[in-house]
Amino acid sequence: MEKTLAETIKEITKNHLELNNGLILGQCLSAVGWVNNTVPDTKNLVELPMTDVAGGGIAAGAAIVGRRPIFVVRFQDFMYLNSSMLINYAAKAKELFGISAPVFIRALATEKKGTGPTHSGIIHSMFMYAPGFRVCAPMTPGEYREIWKDFMEHDSPMFVSEHRHSFNQIDEIKDIILPDSQITIYGIGYARFNVLKALEILTRQGIKCNFINLLWLKPLKLTHEKIESLTKTKIGLVVDSGFEIAGASQSIAYELMKKTKIYVEALGAEDKPVGTAERYENGTPSVEKIVNKVKELIKLKD
Amino acid sequence: MEEYNLLKKDFFGKEQKINIYKKIYEIREFEKQAKKSFDVDSIKCPIYLSIGQESISATISEFFKPDYIFTQHRGHSVYIAFGGNKDKLIDELLGKDIGCNKGKGGSPGIQDLNIGMIGHHGLIGENVPLAVGAALGAPEKKILCVFGDGAVEEDYIFSSITFAFTHKLPILFICEDNNLSILTKKAERRSWEITDALKGIGMPVADILDDPKLIAQKVNEFKNNLPAFINCRTCRHLWHVGTGQDEIPSIDRLKEFKNSLLNEGIDLNELTKIEEKIKLENEELWKKHLPKQ
Repeated sequence: MEKTLAETIKEITKNHLELNNGLILGQCLSAVGWVNNTVPDTKNLVELPMTDVAGGGIAAGAAIVGRRPIFVVRFQDFMYLNSSMLINYAAKAKELFGISAPVFIRALATEKKGTGPTHSGIIHSMFMYAPGFRVCAPMTPGEYREIWKDFMEHDSPMFVSEHRHSFNQIDEIKDIILPDSQITIYGIGYARFNVLKALEILTRQGIKCNFINLLWLKPLKLTHEKIESLTKTKIGLVVDSGFEIAGASQSIAYELMKKTKIYVEALGAEDKPVGTAERYENGTPSVEKIVNKVKELIKLKD
Repeated sequence: MEEYNLLKKDFFGKEQKINIYKKIYEIREFEKQAKKSFDVDSIKCPIYLSIGQESISATISEFFKPDYIFTQHRGHSVYIAFGGNKDKLIDELLGKDIGCNKGKGGSPGIQDLNIGMIGHHGLIGENVPLAVGAALGAPEKKILCVFGDGAVEEDYIFSSITFAFTHKLPILFICEDNNLSILTKKAERRSWEITDALKGIGMPVADILDDPKLIAQKVNEFKNNLPAFINCRTCRHLWHVGTGQDEIPSIDRLKEFKNSLLNEGIDLNELTKIEEKIKLENEELWKKHLPKQ
């Protein structure tokens, strides 16, 4: 039977802790479902106290001495506190001191259902901005295996933007390239699921779109295949769950425009904090919003 | 604060006392030359001098041999006391590619991996959680972690030290307490002592002057019972950064220690010879690196 993403994370982690003498650190790892059943009950697991600033430094210190720690932050919003030592030391150490501090940062995002202002943020863009990190947003078992392999092959800290709503995912998400598509949509992280739903609606309405997965945010792996579609459709859209302003969607849209001289827009979360009640939710652009944006851009092109 | 006159015995003999004196003097001479070089603009980076605080690392290095050292921005004394490469330190201060951090760290960001000294990047107290993480990752290694009285006020310090205590991590925490955060005195910043707080959780602590005899006693008492915390009250002679001086230092531990050695019957000629040798070597060392006048 094929594994879910959660089972894949758990398996990778178990192997790392048992076979590589790796470490996993985080707050309340063994409590209430073992972080959505992604954490194995085995050796080399360290429960951190509520040390939301020191925790990142402890992880970086363990990385310096070669343990390649997995540092779990249960809600990505908490990274505002937890990131200090990671940004200031782990990410800079290689360049400044020639010391490697490869921390695998599992930053779990979620949204909706009243998760509110401190439990629903998706802030991977902040780590693209800080020099020294590899940044990715895996949503499938295959993607997770790829980024783990990459982590073990490099000596940089890696920011892994996870999303709890993807943990049951089994299938891989494939790029969609159709003849005569009118637009190329690039999807980042969890936003890809809403893009795929939007594509179903757009297809029914006779609008053909190409769809490209962006697993890596930094280094941004814009291969020829990922750019070729844009050069054919002549207009593009990058969709992300994180904030749009100065975020991954805008940054990547700019990179695509620079490479192709073709107009690309960005669509992400709005520039406002998230509230708890449903009417105040703000995160991954809704399916409806994506559909409307695609139509607006196609109209603009015509 | 604990007093020396409460001690019942010496924790070190003549040879160790001389060694410590040599190191204090060596650091002092190095720092004096660094000051001179800064004042004539040969050193262009902000400089954090250890003058006045040398006895702490000089004494610890005689009794405690750590596998890793995590120190702070005022780290020249630790670097030299534990045998860091002084040529590379000078080159770092001069911003050269051959410096101990290729000119990227400057005075606050020095390191020498040959002595296990891991670079500090300038964020006050960051070395404490890093040291704790290193000890967690490599519990068979002994670690020295040095910081100042300002750093202990950083919110992540207490949580890091108490984590080390919970997990019995082998770290000797040293606070070089010069009572100043830039120029703001401790009493204006806080109403508590870190040693009282740590005593409250049951951690071995000491709050002492930077007298080598006291430091020797406490390091020897604690070094096989880590983690432990020693607050050493010391006197920074110069500015936080740069080479200025606002007032005459209240104490010069170098002179105090020399006098105590003389009082114990150590020959003045012996100390003078040591001083002359160190002075000469230091001048030669700097001459190699500084531009010809």
